[in-house]
Amino acid sequence: MSQSATLTEQSVPRFPRGSRLQFNAQRQQWMVQAPERVFMPDETALAVLQRVDGSTRVAAIIDDLARVYAAPREVIRDDVLELLRELAGKGVIAA
Amino acid sequence: MSLMPPPLAILAELTHRCPLRCPYCSNPVELARAREELSTDEWIDLMRQAAAIGVLQVHLSGGEPTVRKDLEQIVTAAREIGIYTNLITSAVLLDQARVEALAAAGLDHVQISFQDSEPGPADRIGGYAGGHEKKRAVAAWVRAAGLPLTVNLVVHRQNLSHLGAMIEMAASMDARRIEVAHVQYYGWGLVNRAALVPTRAQVAAADDVVAEARARLEGRAVIDYVVPDYYARRPKPCMGGWARQFLTVTPAGKVLPCHAADSIPGLVFESIRERPLAEIWESSEAFRRFRGTDWMPEPCRSCDRREIDWGGCRCQAFALVGDAAATDPACGLSPHHARIAALAARESEVGEGSFLYRSFATVDEARAASGLTRDRERPEAAVPPAPG
Ligand code: SF4
Ligand code: SF4
Repeated sequence: MSQSATLTEQSVPRFPRGSRLQFNAQRQQWMVQAPERVFMPDETALAVLQRVDGSTRVAAIIDDLARVYAAPREVIRDDVLELLRELAGKGVIAA
Repeated sequence: MSLMPPPLAILAELTHRCPLRCPYCSNPVELARAREELSTDEWIDLMRQAAAIGVLQVHLSGGEPTVRKDLEQIVTAAREIGIYTNLITSAVLLDQARVEALAAAGLDHVQISFQDSEPGPADRIGGYAGGHEKKRAVAAWVRAAGLPLTVNLVVHRQNLSHLGAMIEMAASMDARRIEVAHVQYYGWGLVNRAALVPTRAQVAAADDVVAEARARLEGRAVIDYVVPDYYARRPKPCMGGWARQFLTVTPAGKVLPCHAADSIPGLVFESIRERPLAEIWESSEAFRRFRGTDWMPEPCRSCDRREIDWGGCRCQAFALVGDAAATDPACGLSPHHARIAALAARESEVGEGSFLYRSFATVDEARAASGLTRDRERPEAAVPPAPG
């Protein structure tokens, strides 16, 4: 099946070639640039994507977010996995 | 402070030169000659100006952009200032070393067009012997260089029955994005319209093929599907609205709101050789002419979709109704819609027809054939390659 379904807490997500997170000064906004697409992540998505560095596991991203936002880990985990799976399905993230 | 939101993307037509002669080519029939093309420095300066006003992506296009020997330099410069670079190519001029050089320069993405699923018909449509096999080889080099690939499939009456095989081919080449676009009937597409318009039955069958392929390829490839205007009920939000998100720069430096805009008489387009890009975007008369909703006639003016589709395509309104300020006749609410739909249906029933190939030599022939030369300076128009 698709890459998106196989993304788990053990995966190490990264931005594949052709897709990157970038700050745009004119708009004062972070953006994900992808082939013929531009995504504007909301605050939650941005917090996740800024931790995607090609070497950090999803589990560690969740731990960090749970700590920083002082939120229950299960809640954060579901949000993070859902977001990353969706983006993986679109090819914006690889794992 | 700027009143206009910044444009998202720019279509840089680096050249009109092209080894292919596709009958639906969207380039102007009157092609800019090589000596008029912007220099390397001028393109690089344009990239800087574009980044400064907030442009995020550049589509490097043509003609065939790889004709330009300075393509790597332009890519390098764009990447240095943070612009996302997308190469839109027919691929036939590329070899593996050049693909690798472009990847090393920082190219982000490559889009290759295919004319059909098999070499025979594909090379006939593209008018370039051996083109199909060459494209396949280049697609493999692109993936080997680690670059993401979009395969662009332009479909029309003569290849629609192969659409399933074309999508399969694209998926087998590891394209992450597959763009299926019905020919837009402008420019050379307009000249050759009668030979290209699909029948309603063909369009319905194509819709099914795409739906099935989307389900099958989920998670592997995304399929973007551009439906044919003639059979639509509501128009496409052409370019996300006139002069709202995109701009095109022609090989000689003229700045257009969409790359067909040149076909509309009475609009004066300014050149980056004469005025800074920021000023053209903000205040050029041609950009302001159809920006927003103030210019709209009824039924658009009071329609609740006016800020969704922005009244459709100005160039299509001009090409089909003779008035660029009319509601796009692709809209079912246009008083001209029934006539246009009937024309498409009628033309789709005539035989295979022969294509008139694009080249410098056939300009006059094309003008005559288009029958549109009387009250227009230039018979052609085009529509951008649906920027996502
Ligand atoms: S449509 Fe074909 S002929 Fe026209 S520019 Fe593209 S590749 Fe060249
Ligand atoms: S009437 Fe105008 S705004 Fe309304 S759907 Fe048709 S083209 Fe769009």
